[in-house]
This record gives sequence, structure tokens and C-alpha cells, in this order.
Amino acid sequence: MNLFLVLEQALNGLQLGVMLFLMAAGLTLVFGIMNLVNLAHGSFYMVGAYLATYFYQATGSYLLGVLLGLAGTLLVGIAVELVALRTLYEREHLDQVLATFGLILFFNELMAILWGRAAIYTTLPDYLSGHVELFAGLRYPLYRLVIIAVGLAVAGLLWFVVARTRLGMLIRAGASNRAMVAALGVNVRLLYTLVFGFGAALAGLAGLMSGPIHVVQPGMGELILIEVFVVIVIGGIGSIRGALAGALIVGMADTLGRAFVRPMLATVLSTTAADTAGPALASMLIYLLMAIVLALKPQGLFPARS
Amino acid sequence: MNSRRRAIVLAAGLVLLAAVPPLAALANQPFYLDLVRRVMIFAIAALSLNLILGYGGMISFGHAAYLGVGAYAVGVLAHYGINNGYLQWALAIGASALVALAIGAVSIRTSGVYFIMITLAFTQMLYYLGISIAEYGGDDGMRLAVKSQFPGLVDLNDANAFYYLVLAILVLALFLGQRLVDSRFGMVIRAAKSNEVRTRSIGFSPYPYRLAAFVIAGAVCGLAGALLVNHTAYLTPEFMNWTRSGELMFMVILGGMASIAGPVLGAFALLLVEDALSGWTQHWQLVLGPLLVLSVLFLRRGLAGLLFGKNE
Repeated sequence: MNLFLVLEQALNGLQLGVMLFLMAAGLTLVFGIMNLVNLAHGSFYMVGAYLATYFYQATGSYLLGVLLGLAGTLLVGIAVELVALRTLYEREHLDQVLATFGLILFFNELMAILWGRAAIYTTLPDYLSGHVELFAGLRYPLYRLVIIAVGLAVAGLLWFVVARTRLGMLIRAGASNRAMVAALGVNVRLLYTLVFGFGAALAGLAGLMSGPIHVVQPGMGELILIEVFVVIVIGGIGSIRGALAGALIVGMADTLGRAFVRPMLATVLSTTAADTAGPALASMLIYLLMAIVLALKPQGLFPARS
Repeated sequence: MNSRRRAIVLAAGLVLLAAVPPLAALANQPFYLDLVRRVMIFAIAALSLNLILGYGGMISFGHAAYLGVGAYAVGVLAHYGINNGYLQWALAIGASALVALAIGAVSIRTSGVYFIMITLAFTQMLYYLGISIAEYGGDDGMRLAVKSQFPGLVDLNDANAFYYLVLAILVLALFLGQRLVDSRFGMVIRAAKSNEVRTRSIGFSPYPYRLAAFVIAGAVCGLAGALLVNHTAYLTPEFMNWTRSGELMFMVILGGMASIAGPVLGAFALLLVEDALSGWTQHWQLVLGPLLVLSVLFLRRGLAGLLFGKNE
């Protein structure tokens, strides 16, 4: 097998992993601190992509589009939290699941009304398109490298905020003992709103970065949301470290699986059999992985509360 | 008092359902026969989910998978020319039970949020599997050219006969479901939902009971899938889409969880509302979404709670 192909796919896997981490971090933070299962997290991913595309087209500047898209998603997240989710904190997970499911329907349709049901293909500005020569012979798209860099930077920023700042201390305390934090006089409501908005912004960032690679369409959030769930289950709910580990594992496994399962099968089976079984097996790979992790460690690899 | 009231309402409901075909024929609106038949099929599926969700407390977000497995069992056999209804439906039930066993064996070892996410993930896995097998239509799905054949018993091409078959299966499911829930097995399931620690300390391990309930629910849903594919004469991987699972859960919650007939009410409510809304605007999901949110926030005991009173 071509070494360059493997390296290229490994980088793609890293890129997918980094995007999954952005989404998983928000989701796992919200669950860890507020005990809220938010299925509409995928909707923020979608909103981020749509807003960034819209602002890029409206202003002509990619960076402005990104900034406005992020700000817009943050606002949408805060609005959703204030209007719809406040009452759900005390309710059972089932109620949260169903209510956020209703939100998904609402947002998908809203995007379809505003921008149509057809898939939108976003373009990149010139300074971000094109390839970069990593080392002799290996050319890789610049944009994907930028995504990896941004993702890792955000991961670092997140670590810094959670481990080294006062806000992070409040977040960790809230995850550990919510009632006590409120009793100590912290404005828990504001904390929740901020955390939720921040998580939504992270999802929006992932969405707007993925826009140029995949298409922008209603329902795009749900496709990646399931993978994010797998990430969180593998990594451990409530743990950002787990989210990073899980995201990298899932990103790598999914990408490498899709690229290499069929060729590997073709060496032992006939081509037609490999053509049928290959994609099927590749798409099932991360779920099988999840099942294995669960069989061995039901709480995930790095559970937040041990 | 309450059980008498409940029995009367149930009986009235069944009489009403039985009266639909002649009424539809009288009004020359065969559409309503189709609509009610579809609702009844989903009611059977919702009923099966209620067993594990309402009585068992297992929030399975992957129940639509069994609709798909049952439908594909019938579709795949028909694809290869096997149209014998008994064989098809037996495979639908059997395959669904097996899949439920496999998924349940892994998932039931977890609980709470993990369980929700895992069942959701496994359903998506089956969905992607369905999409990727081009032989059986892949993304586009397959047509069911010939409905399940039950020579001598019933002809599914006869709309009325099919309708009454579905009604009969629904009644049977209601009856057996009630018996199951009232049995010792059902009591262990309900006890485990109510207080798992106490159940264990009495000496019952919830896991095998829950797994058994999960398999039964999967099998019944597989039968609903076989009915559905015969109804639509077409099947796609969308049968297994997770939004379908969400709809099933809504039918259970909307109808009221701790009652056997609740999901039937929920199925009618949800599907009739969807039908009415989609006739009104093509953006009906914009309205349905918030409606669902509101119903979760305010309709705590579901419609069955409203109709049958507090003791449900």
C-alpha cells in the first residue's frame, strides 16, 4: 500500500477527529455540568455553517463570515437556552431527549425555509485553497491543515480555560457538585447559559469549518451528531479528555476504515464481494468499536466521575 | 371505577376502528381507510416500545431499527421470489428478535444516557448497512411487487381484509401486552424501573428480564415492519431512520406511558396531527417541532392520563 496514501488518510482522520472533538467537547460539557442531554447540538453545527456561508456571501470577506457566523451561533445557543431549555434541567433525560428532538425538527425546517432545501456548496477564499507540500511528494490541502491547526488550538484553549482559569474552576466545581456551587453564591444560571452558549459556538465552529468540505444542507447536523455520540460514549460522558481521546480514535477509525477496508478485503475475497461487504463493514466499524469499548469499560475510557 | 371507565372507552374505540372501512366506503373516501390502517400499524410498533420504555424505563432511541429489519426481511425474501406470507413474517419476527438480542445484550449493561446514545448508535449502524447494500436498493430502497401471500386465509390486496387483519393484530397485541405486563415477568420489569436496588435485594437480577422484554418488543416491532412494508408496497432504509425512532417515542409519551392503550392514542394523535399539518403547509415540521416541545413540557401524563384519570 502506498505510504503517501496512508499518511494522507491519517491526516484526514486527524482532521475528522478534531472536528468531532469540537462538537463532543460542547456536548459533554453541557451534559457533565448541567446534566442535560441535548440532541439539538447538531442543529448548532448546521446553524453555524449556514450563518457563515450567508455572511461570507453578504460581506465578501471569509474572516468576517466566520466571525459573524460564530457570534450568530452563540446568540442562537443562548436564545435556545433561555427560551426552551431552562425548564428542562430538572426533568428526566427522556423529557430532555424528546424536547430537543422537537427543536431539531424546528431548526431543520427553519433552515429550509430561509435558504431552501437544496444543498449549498460553499467556496473558499483564494488564500485558503490550494495544496501544501508537506515533504517530498506528499501534497495536502491547505484548508484541511488549517482545520487541524484550529482544532488543536481550540483544544489547547479549552484545556487552559478549564484547568487554569476561574471560570474553568467554576465549571469543574459545577460538574462535581452543582448544588454546592449555587449555595456558595455563584450565579449558576449565568454559568449555565454561558457554558451552553459556548458549547453551541464550538459546534457552530465545527459546522462552518466543515461547510466547504461537505455540503451545507438541512439535516447535516444529525449525521455527525450520531458520530459525536459514539465519541462521547467511547471517551466517557462529562470528560473533555475523554472527548479528545474518543474523537481522535473515532476520526481515525472511520477515515482509515472507509479508505482501506475494501482494498484489504479485496485481497482475500473476490472483488464483487469486497465491493459489497467493504463499504458496509467500513460504515459499521465505529459502532463495532463502540460495542467493544462498552463491553470492556462500560463507563468509557476516561470517565469524568470515577 | 377507573377500570370500568377504561374498558368502556377501549371498547368504544375498537368499535369505532372496526366501523372505519364501511364508513369510508359510504363516503367514497378510501384514503381514510389507508390512513387509519397506517396509524394502526404504527400503534402496534409504539405498543411494543411502550413495553420497554413505559413499563421498563429503558429509553431506547433505536426502536425503529426493528421496523426496518422486519420490512427488509419481507422485502429481501420477495426479492428472491419467496412470497409465502407465513415464511416472510416468521423471518421478520425472528430476525428482529435476533437483532434485538444482539443489541440488547450489549446495551442493557448500561443505563441512563449511555443507553440512549448506544441504542441510537446501533440503529444508525443498521441504517447505514441498509444504505450500503446496493443489491437491495441501497439509498433508494426496493419496491414490494407482490404482497405477502397467505393462500386460503386472507388476501392482502383486498384493502378491507388487510385493514381487519391489522386491527385483529392490534387487538391481539393489546390483549397479550396487558397479560404480559400483569404477569410476574411484567411485575419484575416494572419493579426494576421503579427501584432497581430494591429489586436486586429481593433477589431478582433485572438484566435477563430486561433483555427478554427488549427481545419481545423488538419482535413485535418487526411484525409491525412486515405489516408496514405490505401497506406501503415500498421499503427504504428511511424506515430505520432515527427520527422515526423519535416519532415512536413521541407516540408512547404523548399517549401516556403507563397504560397499554396509551400508545394507540399517541399514534393516532401524532400521525393525524402530522397529516393535518402537512395538508396545511409544506413547512409543517416548523409547527410540529415546537408542538412536541410544548407537549413534553406540559402534558406530563399524556392523553391516556387525561382520558382515564389519575389511577393509570
